[in-house]
Amino acid sequence: MGWLRQTTDSSIGGKLIVAVTGLAMVGFVVAHLSGNLLVFGGPQAVNSYAEGLRKLGALLWVARIGLLVMATLHIVFAIKLNLANRAARPQAYAVKTYRRASFASRSMLLTGMALLGYILFHLAHFTFRATSPELAALGEYEVYQMIVLSFQQPLIAGLYIVSMLLLGLHLSHGVSSLFQTLGFNHPKYRSLVGSIGPILGVLLALGFSSIPAAVLFGLLK
Amino acid sequence: MKLKLHVWRQKDRQSTGRMVAYDAPNVNPEMSFLEMLDVVNEELTGKGEDPIAFDHDCREGICGSCSMVINGTPHGPSKGTTVCQLHMRHFTDGQDVHIEPWRAKAFPVLQDLVVDRSAFDRIIQAGGFISVNSGSAQDANNLPVAKGDADQSMDAAACIGCGACVAACKNSAAMLFAAAKISHLGLLPQGQPERRRRAINMVKQMDLEGFGNCSNQYECEAVCPKEISVGFIARMNRDYLSSSIFSKETGSASKSED
Ligand code: HEM
Ligand code: FES
Repeated sequence: MGWLRQTTDSSIGGKLIVAVTGLAMVGFVVAHLSGNLLVFGGPQAVNSYAEGLRKLGALLWVARIGLLVMATLHIVFAIKLNLANRAARPQAYAVKTYRRASFASRSMLLTGMALLGYILFHLAHFTFRATSPELAALGEYEVYQMIVLSFQQPLIAGLYIVSMLLLGLHLSHGVSSLFQTLGFNHPKYRSLVGSIGPILGVLLALGFSSIPAAVLFGLLK
Repeated sequence: MKLKLHVWRQKDRQSTGRMVAYDAPNVNPEMSFLEMLDVVNEELTGKGEDPIAFDHDCREGICGSCSMVINGTPHGPSKGTTVCQLHMRHFTDGQDVHIEPWRAKAFPVLQDLVVDRSAFDRIIQAGGFISVNSGSAQDANNLPVAKGDADQSMDAAACIGCGACVAACKNSAAMLFAAAKISHLGLLPQGQPERRRRAINMVKQMDLEGFGNCSNQYECEAVCPKEISVGFIARMNRDYLSSSIFSKETGSASKSED
């Protein structure tokens, strides 16, 4: 297995892991949003969806452990590569300019770290319901009520909206970038690949934010 | 025209350097950037000061020796040009011009603007060659090469190894250089026998030298005087990953003594 170690220790292999785990998380995020949007179908729709998910049993645990592994690998390798990158430039330029690098690409570590913070809060909030006794008192499948109760508080709604904008920013660079990392860069598809990250980023940010925004403006109650 | 220069001065590898300001009062717009520095250096020498050390050789944009970061951009403001081919007409009277060496751990500063780029040589030594005896020139078309492959190979081979890609990258990554060198051989029939070993060894050596990792910002492509495409980096990623997964090559690289 020496080759595996050599590959994951290498610059290109490390990037591959960040890209593949990132892609897997993008898959999850898209599926998660499609499920969440059922909230616009009313309490019945989203609550029975939640119940269905919980009843998957062992399969749900496979997905959860899989996601945990993906997130851990993503973070560990992203940080490892980032430390190596910093070490590679011990002396900074007196005059620093960027010519091409997008704002999103320059803030990957920052948006990533913020997402980690968000994910921890989100799990404590909706999965473990540890942030308020009001949520803990709800029935296991009263997801609609939980969403509405939470997002009626502007602070929580705002936190979710900002986090989803950061997710959009992270993915606007990340999704386009992972094609290059995986070795796909063809002149014919270059502009398509360049746009796919920003488009997906905007769609996901808008899609997720629509839920706290709808509650905040009283469209869902 | 007059310029205000701010130049990195560093006595030797061990010393700490600093930016020093100089007036350049007699700049002719027709001069090349290096000629402008030659004039400044004559004045410094006349005053008994040490001239500003910088690398140069061909002064026609083909050797890759010249290497300086001008106002934050390697090789300065003109696209697709080396600094020896940059002319002073691209600057304005009274402008502040900051001149710094390539910044990378793998390219230690030797003096002023001169850096040690032997890390690139070691990457080439790790696999940037073909070790078959090619004999005398073959008859034309004896070894067919598709036109598209030949063109692409030539595009990659345009790399002059100047290191501007490393200098421009926030991570001091050498991906564009390594990708160009791996690809120009990997695209040709002569490069096939050693293709997998080459990809593995050159990447291994690149990592060992302390260059950073790619963040896909493509700053390297933007400053490359030969405008080499980052498409070659994707190609290297493919080559490296498939070689790692499917070949028996284990790879070797070694760090030379400083
Ligand atoms: C949880 C904390 C997270 C951290 C600390 C983090 C950090 C990073 C960093 C530092 C990079 C590399 C940027 C570069 O090369 O300059 C990256 C890339 C990426 N991230 Fe994240 N990220 C996180 C969460 C996520 C999430 C939740 C997703 C997806 C939903 C995601 C998707 C991606 C993708 C697709 C890439 C691009 C990979 C490539 O360039 O090939 N990340 N992340
Ligand atoms: S001196 Fe040869 S390329 Fe500039």
